[in-house]
Amino acid sequence: MSISSTKRKIYKTTMLTLSNVCMAITVALVFFLVIYIFVKSIPYFTWELVSTSPSYLNDTIGVLPDIMNTIYIIFAALLMVLPMGVGTAIYLNEYSNRPRVEKVIEYCIETLAGIPSIIYGLVGMLVFCQFMGLQTSLLAGALTLMIMNLPTIIRTTQESLKTVPQSYREGAFGLGAAKWRVIRTVVLPSCIDGIVTGCILAVGRMMGESAALLFTAGFAHNLNGFFDAMNSAGATLTVALYVYAKEQGQFEVAFVIAAILMFMSLAINITASVLARRIQRRKEA
Amino acid sequence: MPTSENASAADTSANVFTVRKFNLWYGDHHALHNINMDIKEHSITALIGPSGCGKSTFIRNLNRMNDLIPGVKLEGSIKYNNEELVNSDIDVSKLRKEVGMVFQKPNPFPMSVYDNIAYGPRTHGVRNHAKLDALVSGSLKAAAIYEEVKDRMNSSALGLSGGQQQRLCIARALAVQPHVLLMDEPTSALDPISTGKIEELAMQLKEKYTIVIVTHNMQQALRISDYTAFFLLGDLIEFGPTEKIFSNPEDKRTEDYITGRFG
Repeated sequence: MSISSTKRKIYKTTMLTLSNVCMAITVALVFFLVIYIFVKSIPYFTWELVSTSPSYLNDTIGVLPDIMNTIYIIFAALLMVLPMGVGTAIYLNEYSNRPRVEKVIEYCIETLAGIPSIIYGLVGMLVFCQFMGLQTSLLAGALTLMIMNLPTIIRTTQESLKTVPQSYREGAFGLGAAKWRVIRTVVLPSCIDGIVTGCILAVGRMMGESAALLFTAGFAHNLNGFFDAMNSAGATLTVALYVYAKEQGQFEVAFVIAAILMFMSLAINITASVLARRIQRRKEA
Repeated sequence: MPTSENASAADTSANVFTVRKFNLWYGDHHALHNINMDIKEHSITALIGPSGCGKSTFIRNLNRMNDLIPGVKLEGSIKYNNEELVNSDIDVSKLRKEVGMVFQKPNPFPMSVYDNIAYGPRTHGVRNHAKLDALVSGSLKAAAIYEEVKDRMNSSALGLSGGQQQRLCIARALAVQPHVLLMDEPTSALDPISTGKIEELAMQLKEKYTIVIVTHNMQQALRISDYTAFFLLGDLIEFGPTEKIFSNPEDKRTEDYITGRFG
């Protein structure tokens, strides 16, 4: 058997070509998607469109309410999910000493993470909108998003709690610090980067969510302040995209929204990597 | 145990810790068997023995650090002055304020030098800036590291060398003004020069504090300690004045260990 047999060479070339083709298709798809959306949206990108509310009297369309609704709902959901998620992770990692209970809770969290979002929407509608009487509103939407993103926050916080060296905890306990003080002053500050990463992941998911919000947050395009918006129905960008494209046939508006969403997710990704790099540098210093 | 009674008879100074028939289990594993020991005030007591003999496990009962480990079961009695530590409902925070600890690996918090030292006093309610400043510089001086860090009080303690970090940890433990200092192999991660500094420091500190030190370095025990306890497989084989243990041990196993036949 010769080491550089022709058969082997052919095999190697074929596999290399195949993997190159796969890569080329992937890259081409991504570029096509990005370029297609930009080409389709740029002609309609006007300051008026992104800075006003839609008006029937003037027969104009504006997506500002949708942008604001997106920001409001993300803010409100984060405000609720952070304390709950971080609190749960702290309980599981630092307080609970019943491994079997932990297993059950962790299993529930895993399951929660795997449920399709439209089911959250359905249950959110029945529980928050109807049973709790919140009607179709951004608050109901934010509550639904909170539950959907709990697993993300809990898991990323747990992961980073696990990376805090046990010796930090021992050092603090050895000085007579009580448990909560150890957690507050030593453990949490050392895992703030993991919590921030979790938040960014959650923000990305919330921004992209539409199915659950169709049920719970509604379709209105009214520009409101934060608290009024919470009590009234409102479309986020993804929902508005669906409404403009599918129900009103306004594809140019849909593409502008798509472009805005792409910018936002790009911004989130850049923020995440900048933060990660900064935290990394601070740790090495 | 006759040897421990001999040790207490030889010295009339007060017992800080009185250990009687102390047993410890990790789950089903019986890790410490029937330990009896008197730890004297203003002395250095060295705990020696091969790895896994229970010396670190033992020292961690003196400030109840084993509370942190699930599945630990205790029996017998350890009295700190006159207070029972075993399975008792004491204020652990107060105990650890009086019985400070320095760990095997230097473990400064990821904070500034100043905040590391001030952590303990702040934990126990010292808020006054002047008082904190005095405690911080006093502790750093007592731990012989003040000169090296006085110009970098606000930079991260993680930037110090290993030996400096360990002396910082000693200063951190001193800042809560303890009576006893437990040192769990404090020099095992350090180079010889840093080790020398820590040993010298320990000998100075015994004027004011009672020191219990775990070490697997027999020369270290011989150099700095007044009393030595030899542990083997969870038993306290021999306990007494250091010069006696090293020159005229009663037990064959102690002799074998200190002459380097095993361990």
